[in-house]
Order: sequence, then structure tokens, then C-alpha cells
Amino acid sequence: MIEIKDVFFTYPNGVEALRGVSLSIPDGEFIAIMGQNGAGKTTLVKHFNGLLKPTRGEILVDGVNTQKVSVATLARNVGFVFQNPDHQLFCETVEDEVAFALRNFDFEEKVIKRRVAWALNLLDLEEYRKTSPFMLSGGERKRVALASVLAWDPQVVILDEPTIGQDHKQKERLRQFIVQLTAQQKTVIIVTHDVEFVAECAPHVILMANGKIVAEGSARQMLTNLDLVTQASIAPPQITQIFLGLTDLGLPTDLIDIHAAKEALLDFLEANP
Amino acid sequence: MPIIEAKGLTYTYPAGTKRAIENVSLKIERGEFVILTGPSGCGKTTLCRCLNGLVPHFYSGKLEGDILVAGLNVSKRSVQELARHVGLVFQNPENQLFALFVEKDVAFGLENMGVPRHEIRERVDWALQMTGIEDLRERAPHELSGGQQQRVAIASVLAMQPDVMVLDEPTSFLDPLGAQKIFEVISEVNRKLGITVVLVEHRLDLASRYSNHVVIMHEGRVVLDGEPREVFQSKKARLIGVGIPQATRLHHLLEESGLRLGRVPVTSEEASQIIKEVLRRD
Amino acid sequence: MSVFDGLRFRKVSSPIHRLDPRAKFFYVIVMFVVAVVFSELLPLIVLFLIQMPFVFVAGVQREWIRSLRGALFLAVMIFTFNFIFGYLSPGGITGIQPPVDSLSEYLMLLERSLAMALRFIVLVESFSVFFLTTSPDHLGLALEQSHVPYEFCFAFTTAVRFVPVLAEEAQTIMDAQKARGLELERGNFIKKIRNYIPILIPLIVSAIRRSLELAEAMESRAWGATEKRTNLYVLRLKKHDYALALISVLVLALAIYVRFFVQIPSISVTLRI
Repeated sequence: MIEIKDVFFTYPNGVEALRGVSLSIPDGEFIAIMGQNGAGKTTLVKHFNGLLKPTRGEILVDGVNTQKVSVATLARNVGFVFQNPDHQLFCETVEDEVAFALRNFDFEEKVIKRRVAWALNLLDLEEYRKTSPFMLSGGERKRVALASVLAWDPQVVILDEPTIGQDHKQKERLRQFIVQLTAQQKTVIIVTHDVEFVAECAPHVILMANGKIVAEGSARQMLTNLDLVTQASIAPPQITQIFLGLTDLGLPTDLIDIHAAKEALLDFLEANP
Repeated sequence: MPIIEAKGLTYTYPAGTKRAIENVSLKIERGEFVILTGPSGCGKTTLCRCLNGLVPHFYSGKLEGDILVAGLNVSKRSVQELARHVGLVFQNPENQLFALFVEKDVAFGLENMGVPRHEIRERVDWALQMTGIEDLRERAPHELSGGQQQRVAIASVLAMQPDVMVLDEPTSFLDPLGAQKIFEVISEVNRKLGITVVLVEHRLDLASRYSNHVVIMHEGRVVLDGEPREVFQSKKARLIGVGIPQATRLHHLLEESGLRLGRVPVTSEEASQIIKEVLRRD
Repeated sequence: MSVFDGLRFRKVSSPIHRLDPRAKFFYVIVMFVVAVVFSELLPLIVLFLIQMPFVFVAGVQREWIRSLRGALFLAVMIFTFNFIFGYLSPGGITGIQPPVDSLSEYLMLLERSLAMALRFIVLVESFSVFFLTTSPDHLGLALEQSHVPYEFCFAFTTAVRFVPVLAEEAQTIMDAQKARGLELERGNFIKKIRNYIPILIPLIVSAIRRSLELAEAMESRAWGATEKRTNLYVLRLKKHDYALALISVLVLALAIYVRFFVQIPSISVTLRI
């Protein structure tokens, strides 16, 4: 459980990135924090593992105040996958890379072996076990970074802009992967401005703008509310936009999913032959 | 004569094990707005590099086949010569800006070409105006947002007054609003100045409304090449797994369920329009 | 990162900023020579004070004081060494025969040691004023027009341009690795150094990747198209530059005259202590 209580944060250069954010994230929840670049999304999630400490207010992760413990201690339960995998990769083999965190956390050697095998398997990287991470393609390096974070099995997994530069298939694979994580009761937090991806995943959505939370609710509620979406400087999903043009026909305005859209149209036709 | 004409292009990077592009042939007419897309690793970036000579001159290796850009044979001309006709805007905004402030960056290419000073001044002012960043003239690149940086990159290419502007996933690092602004700038450059645009993009939802020619690549080959509507509604496109616009996908789903919509939409406005017509008719 | 603040040239326009870097550099060299010519405290004090107006007109007081503070440590060391050696060695710097017994001799020794320390400060001061009032690109331009090969000028300005970018990246990499349990402060001295490997390697790899991308972009913008590179800006020596050069020459001439023909009074003697 992550509790954020009236948190303010100002960067050393004077930029006020968070202006009074309060939020509760229960265990096992899947949430997306959305807003345009500069809204404070990444700044906020960096507080969850203690990389940043609030200038005012407090953050409790499982009851522990983040000001009082080290990043390493918090990281044990809160895994953070950074946007650019190249900011993490440095080992000679993929195997070492995945084991890195486990070694930092003082796991036993045989547990490390087990966990590494599990993580490599989970992300389809077993064939690259002895390969240098620098030899892999962009998409593969992303998977290595992900594996290295999942290896230590944190309860919370934070993904910072996971869809950047990804093609359609890669996004689909990511979506399925997140489904797997949530099935394991993990708390999954994604920071993103990719509205279409969020529409497909349908997590609980938190809209941010100018360092504050504008609103929160289901993906459907949030992404189809034009007011809120404008405040957060994002655009509604294409499906929603299509139906915006059909309001005078009496069709529903809160659709984000393409299959639901299809059903709605077919139902409409049946009802109005 | 097409502004870009490629026949049977095949290339393998010196360190590569398989062909990056294979037997690629295509024709692009002057003034077109082309979207080049396909799954990661399909060869789109390599093809872009063939357009301004980075392949084969910067990357070495042998480029088989022929490619003519603005009448110049890419294999036989240097990157410097080709740079006068083809401008390339890269994915990472930060790594294509060198100078300590914007104006100097926009002038960079012109300075390299030895253009006389008063002409550099004119062209720089014009390019800044066209991309709407005149007020950023004296700013340092690091202070700018990603979207602003990309507009500087576009301005610096524009200042060289190329015939063709190639943009390799320029909006990857930008949020949707930033991406939107970039597409609008590119579109304006295409319409007002007649500069041919080749845009590599995954975000077809946002970008396809501007284009009149779509090329889809897969595993080094060109698999689809034609008018956006045709390409997006084709089965092949669905199989390859590119991000076909939702409007087109909805059309397909409805057709599968027996609802004939007739025209194929590419944008949400078109979809609304078409659906309205059909529903009103019934 | 405050270390890099010094290189982040502030866009201020003052008459000093507008001076041609070549004129300013000539002035700095003259100050350098004059400072070396004198070993007496009085002229060095004068030299120190001469430069203050420049600092105030340029409006760079705060940064200037900061740079002096940095030099303070070395200045103190220079003072101490001079005092000790002057005390111990026969004749030495002050021409005083040990043992130093009378008050007046102590004061002369003190004065001399202070003078040495002050000379160092004057040197730092003039270079500091130069760099604080000359933007890196002006400097690059001056280098270019002084016929330094363009490749070097470009390397210089590009390096300065990327300093804040690299600093930010280093911070991000540190965060990413801390989020995997890396504790930089943990372990003995050797371990502490090894802790920086996961930070250095991604930084270096990233720098190499960045260079490659920059090279591509440079080529694409006709780098090397012609030997005769033109420039958007041109530095032209103006009246105030010639004025500064003239003043510098006069100061130099005056200094040489004073050195050879004028007996410079010692402060302690003059005050009749």
C-alpha cells in the first residue's frame, strides 16, 4: 500500500514539480498516471522508491516513511523500470545483468541462480543468457532491463513510459505482460501519455497537470471526459473521438474500446431498424 | 520524373548478419507526403539512410541496386552533395543539435556549405519563421522541450532548402500534443513549399491524415505501397501488425459483422461522417 | 550540479560581455605579466583593485566571489609556504637573515608572503573575469577567427553544449542503478570505487552512442562540404576593444617603468611599525 499525503516537491533549480498531491495506491492495483510531459508524473513515481524525498508532506510505503529509509531498502519492494534501458545495462552478460540487483540485495547464490533462470524464461531471454547486452536490439535490451527488475520479485512494479518507440506488436506484448503481472497480484504503475495503450489496458487512471492530480477514476471515465482530458493536455482515444461526432444520434459517449464500440453500433442498428 | 526512385536496393551493414533491406523498389513523386512504417527492424531506418547517402558512405558496405534522389545517384555522390537536396531529421532531438543556441544551430548546415553570410541570415530567419520558433532564437538547446528541439532540427534542415525532407520517427520522445505540433509543421512545409516528405512513424492514428502515400516494410522488404486507404484496409497490413488507425480498424470490424460502410475512413472525423451517413440511411 | 554552473554562461549583456574576446584575452595576458613582474604587496593590491570595476560593470560579482573562494585554499597554502621558507632559509625571498627576530623583520616576511598569495589571486581573478564575461560561443568564434582549425573550435563548443546533458544523464544513471539496490557508500574503499562501475559504463556507452548520432547528423548537414566555411556571426574589433588594448599596453608600460625606476615602498615600513 502506497500512501501519498499532501506531497510537495521542488527541484534544486527551483522548479515546483509537485504541488500538493494526495493519493492512495492499494496492493494489487493496476494504475496509469497520465498527463503531458512536465506534469509531474515521473517526479511523483520517483518518490515511491525514495529516489526523491518530498519537500513537504510524506509518503508511506507499507507504513514506512520514505524519508526514514534508504533507496535500497525501498527498492526491495518497489521495482522501477526506467525509460531508457541503456541507462542501466553495464554487465558482460545478460545473466550478470539480471543477477545484479539480486547480488545487491544479498540473496544467496542458489536463490540467485533460480531467480535469474525464472526471469530469463519469463521474458524469453534464455537464448541470450551469455550474450553481451550491448549486442542486443533495442527491444531485446528493454526486455533485459525488465527482467533485471522482476528478478527480485518486488511487490510494486513501476514502468516509466514503457511504450516509447515501441511498434504495435511490441506494445501488444507489453500489454499481455502487464496482464500477467497483475494476475500475480503485483501492484503495477505505468507512467505514460499513450492514450491508446491505456484504452487497451483499461487500468485505474490518474490524470495530472501542473504538479497536481486533476482527477482519478476508471480509464473509461477519465478518457471520455473531455473537460478532464483537456486539463491534462491529452487527447481522448480515437474511438472516443469517433463517437463524439455521433452524439446527436444518441449513441453512448463513454466508449474507449473498439470491440465495445462495434457492439454499440450493432445494437443501435438492431434497436433502430 | 519521380523525385525518389529506387530499384532493387539491397544492403547489409558491415557488422550485420542479415540483409537490412532486400530488393526494395519504390517511386516517390515530388510533393508527396509519404508515411513509411513497419515493425521494428523492418529496414525503414536503413532506407532513410539510403536517401541521403549515409548508406553506403557513412556506414560503408555495398549498396546493391539503384537509387536516384533528385536526379542524383546516391551511390556515386557524397553525403555532402546529397545534403543540398535531402535533409534528414533524426529520432533523438538532443543528439542533432550542436550549437550553444538555436539560431547558430539553424545556420550550421549553411555555414558548412559556405553560403554567404547575408544569405545565411535570410534563410535562418525564414526557417525560424516557418517552424514558428522565432522567439526561441537565442535559447540554448538544453533548455527547450523535446518538441521545441525537434522544431529546431526541422528548421535547420529547412534552411538548407532541400527537395526532400526525411524524418525518422521524429515524435518518439514527444507527448501526443508535441507530436501533433510537429506533424502540423511538417504538413505545412509540404503544402506551402512543395517539399517532399518521407515520414517514418508508428503513430498512424495521428499522422496518417496528412499523407497521400503509405509504404509498409517488413523484414527488409516493401510489402505494401499505395494510397493510405488501400494500404490500411488490406489484410496484409493487419497481419504484419502495424498500428492501423482505429477508424480503419473499426470499419473492418463492422464489415466483418455484416455492416457495410462503403468508404474506408482513416481519421476519426471521416469515421464519424461515414457512420452517420449509414445510420441515417437506415 | 553547482560545479557545472560556472560553465553555464549566463546570458547577460554588459559592456564587458560585448568586448571582443581577443581584446579581453590580451588584457588578461598583460595582467598576468604585470602580476609576475612585481613581488611587492603594494602594486599587487593596486592590480587587484584595478580589476574590480570590470567585475561590477559586468554584473558577475556573485560568481566572481565564488571563484575566489575556490582559489582561497591554494592562496593560503602559498602564503604558508612562503612564510615558512622565508623564516627558515637564509636570505631567501626577503633578504632577511635568519633568525627572524625583530618585529619589523616579521612584518616584512608577512608582507612578502601575502604578496605571493595575492599574486596568485590576481591571476585567478583576471582569468575568472575573462571566462565569466565571455560566452563559450564567442570564445569559439574568437578561436576560429584566430585561425585555430575549425574542428577544434567545434569540438570545444559542442563539448560545452553537452555538459548539462551529460550531467543530467549521470544523475539518471545513478538513480536507475540505485533503484536496483546499488549503494554507493557501502563497503570499504576499494568496493566504493567499484560501486561506480555501473555508473561509468552506461555513461561511456551512452557517450559513444551519442557521438555516433551526432556524427550522422553532422554529415547530413553537409559537414565538410567546403574548406571555406562561412559564419553567421563575425567578430569585429571595435573602438572599445582598441581602447581596452590601449589601456592594457599603457598599464604594461607603466608597470615596467615603475619596476625599474621607482622604489616601491614596503607597507610595513611606510607605516613606521
